[in-house]
Amino acid sequence: MKPDGPNRNPSTQKKNGPSFFILHPASFFLRLLSYCPRPATSNFAKSAWRTYSMVAALVVLWAIFAYVTDSTFLTARNFSNLMRQTTITAILAVGMLMVIVTGQIDLSVGSVVGLTGGLTAIAQAWLGWGLWASLAMGLTTGLAVGAVQGLFVAYANIPAFIVTLGGLLAWRGAIKGLSKGNTIPINLASFKAIGQDYMPPAIGWALALLAMIALGYFMVRRHRARLRYGIVATRLGAVILSLAWAVVLILAFTGTLNAYAGVPIPVIIWLAVALSGAFLTQQTIFGRYLFAIGGNPEAARLSGINLRRHLLAVFCIMGALTGVAGIIYTARVGAASPDAGRLLELDAIAACVIGGASLMGGRGTVLGACLGALFMASLDNGMSLKNVPDFTQDIVKGAILVTAVGLDVWGRERS
Amino acid sequence: MSESHTSILLEMRAISKSFSGIRALEDAHFDLRRGQVHALVGENGAGKSTLIKILTGVYPCTDYAGEIYLDGCRCRLHGVSHAQAAGISVIHQELSLVPPMTVAENIFLGREPRRMGIIHWNEIYRRVDALLRRIKLDIDPRAPIYALGLAQRQLVEIAKALSNEARILVLDEPTAALTEAEIDVLLAIIKDLRSQGVGIIYVSHKLKEVFAISDRVTILRDGRVVGTYATEALTEARLIAQMVGREVDQQFPKSSHTLGDAILQADEITVEDPSRSGKRLVDRVSFTVRRGEVLGIAGLMGAGRSELLMAIFGAYPRHATGSLWLKGQPVRLNDPCEAIRRGMGFVTEDRRRYGLILDQSVLHNLTFAWLKHSYGRFIIDRDAEVALAENALREWQIKAASVFVGAGTLSGGNQQKVVLARWLLNRPQVLLMDEPTRGIDVRAKQEIYAQINALAQSGLAIVLVSSDLPEVLGLSDRILVMHAGRLTGEFSRADATPETIMACATGERI
Ligand SMILES: Nc1ncnc2c1ncn2[C@@H]1O[C@H](COP(=O)(O)OP(=O)(O)OP(=O)(O)O)[C@@H](O)[C@H]1O
Ligand SMILES: [Mg+2]
Repeated sequence: MKPDGPNRNPSTQKKNGPSFFILHPASFFLRLLSYCPRPATSNFAKSAWRTYSMVAALVVLWAIFAYVTDSTFLTARNFSNLMRQTTITAILAVGMLMVIVTGQIDLSVGSVVGLTGGLTAIAQAWLGWGLWASLAMGLTTGLAVGAVQGLFVAYANIPAFIVTLGGLLAWRGAIKGLSKGNTIPINLASFKAIGQDYMPPAIGWALALLAMIALGYFMVRRHRARLRYGIVATRLGAVILSLAWAVVLILAFTGTLNAYAGVPIPVIIWLAVALSGAFLTQQTIFGRYLFAIGGNPEAARLSGINLRRHLLAVFCIMGALTGVAGIIYTARVGAASPDAGRLLELDAIAACVIGGASLMGGRGTVLGACLGALFMASLDNGMSLKNVPDFTQDIVKGAILVTAVGLDVWGRERS
Repeated sequence: MSESHTSILLEMRAISKSFSGIRALEDAHFDLRRGQVHALVGENGAGKSTLIKILTGVYPCTDYAGEIYLDGCRCRLHGVSHAQAAGISVIHQELSLVPPMTVAENIFLGREPRRMGIIHWNEIYRRVDALLRRIKLDIDPRAPIYALGLAQRQLVEIAKALSNEARILVLDEPTAALTEAEIDVLLAIIKDLRSQGVGIIYVSHKLKEVFAISDRVTILRDGRVVGTYATEALTEARLIAQMVGREVDQQFPKSSHTLGDAILQADEITVEDPSRSGKRLVDRVSFTVRRGEVLGIAGLMGAGRSELLMAIFGAYPRHATGSLWLKGQPVRLNDPCEAIRRGMGFVTEDRRRYGLILDQSVLHNLTFAWLKHSYGRFIIDRDAEVALAENALREWQIKAASVFVGAGTLSGGNQQKVVLARWLLNRPQVLLMDEPTRGIDVRAKQEIYAQINALAQSGLAIVLVSSDLPEVLGLSDRILVMHAGRLTGEFSRADATPETIMACATGERI
């Protein structure tokens, strides 16, 4: 057995409920350094704990970058940039999370981003289609690709790894062929806006207000429900405190983005996707079944869950979200190159895994996946600011991925 | 010092162990003598398996308080291999074989005999053949584990433990999945080992075996040792009273069910063996079950009883043929979803493989079959769900800190209760049960028997497969007997005797 880390503080071991972390943000760091999970009495506490450590890791990373870049990293302008960089990986990660939770994998998303983005551009530039028609083109292409792959996985019983590995090659080939190897420029300003424009600050504030009200409502409601069922001994004070934290976060988020140019439109799309994803995975029967299928497919089948239909649905969702990501990607770059989106699948998978998803299936959260995407994007952004050479960036990212998962596994074994 | 057969082989002193604040063992002490069989009994969740895991190094010495002495010397076990090296061999309650590997590979996993650094396969097969003969198990040593049924796996575990030439052999509910004939073989082997001076720890909920084989008994209750007794000095009633803390009536609750009309009709159900073509696991079995009837199916291991239930439930989409009617309407044999929609439920034999999602919460495990029928809605009503699950926890007296703990952390018997409770939340009309009381303690067994009777009374049709003959005899209105995939006998409750059933089960009488 490993000796206890120097920062392990036995007196905190017994404490229950998340209030401890909220009250003492400094303990994030202690926890992270010693990485000694509290004995989690429930899966509930485990996933909460996981989120806290993610946030802590992110804060540490930002602090380091702020220090080494003389605070350039923390400027409003760079924050806005960082958020926009996160968007595409994060949207893909939301879809990927559902795939991974079900015990599957999708290696084709990078190529499908290229395909959907490319077809959207072709529709506009060569076929003269308008905004809505070309958007529909991108989305339906994504959905169709997802459906095809899903059919192979669910109904032909070909492992997802193989089907989507084939997809990785085939869809990339398809867009290369269709575009004849050309980079297709985008001229439609309304389309570019999807990737490049910002919400007017007033609307940003209005959305923030709405978010705060909704959050307050749901947190109080959940607190009541938990009290009623005696789930966690939370005190109202703790709820108010975490609500206060959330309000501060929302205000800081909106304020920072508005201080530069406003909330970017792609970020709004990302937040909408993430909220829907979180809702779908946590509050619906469909979501629950995904976890059941990933956790034990045999047991799920014998409990009357239709595995095939759920697998198909998951791949369709992944496909549609890939379409969304492809559109944003093309709009942001302002052109569709046949190489667009290369290796995005790896970023999306890494984001999920860093965010606590298990590749064996049955475990993961949308919030974790988004934080994972933010973490990866922060690495990219910070290292680029410091002009770290490309190859070093890749090495660092690879090392961090392995370390993050290694720590997680180690922590799990000890608990 | 006294004579050799009473010399102390193992002593565990003041053992305490808790899991995230929940005490599983408190100040437990235990000693094992050479050439004795020492039974360890207690209710579900009493801490038996935990004690065993401590002894066998699954929980290393840093994880608990207390001391272990082997041959009088303090011994700190750092892990499973350390315990093995110290001569402790174990069969865990929850099987630990590697499914894709063969029987022979599993038996010698990690201890393969070598010649010049290379695995000596001939030696392995020679020894495996001898072992399998010794436990009278007729299977191919080259068959992969996943192709075997639960009982066969259990026997392979036993062979594995025997192959180790241990000084201390620990068996955690080795007979839960076995039928009487196999149990007899096992008990004979144990007696043989005992006479060779091996110390044996025997955990079981089957008190008959405990009295048949053990020299001493230690009783655990809520993590504490109630006492250690010489077996002759105990009666079954007294043992149970010590275990449970009160008297338990061991009689089968007599109840006459009023039978309604036929609800399930199976006609010529046949299951082909997926691995060997031409061989039939179930061969043209037909029967009817009526509302309010408990239909027992008896038979030996490998008779095809589990496969029959699986086929009826639609779990063998490509290998099962025959026809099935539920409430007079035909049901296809290819889809559990459809079976469930039509009102069937299925308590599977192997809860870890087919029943539970071990690393998800008890809540999720309890409700995931129910969700679909709960509503009509898309969104889960979490409050209703939690309330329902907590209700089930209380009703079945499932020992868990809350509904949010992982199902894998429950004791074996409590896991079984979760599976049973899940299906009843679903309000089925026909319930197929495969060994529903496997690993369940005496008190809980009585509760489940009472539940089965109450359910039958309320009009549920139950098909009960059990290797526990008294259980089948005591609960069923009618008993079918299977042998080698075929129906070989049918008895009403009044006509059935253990002898006639065994005669049909062994194929002596058809
Ligand atoms: N890994 C674990 N995490 C948390 N709690 C555990 C864990 N393993 C066991 N427990 C708890 O410890 C207690 C004792 O469990 P144990 O498995 O020893 O019971 P048992 O006597 O073997 O019961 P059974 O007859 O049902 O097999 C139970 O309350 C169980 O929930
Ligand atoms: Mg046990």
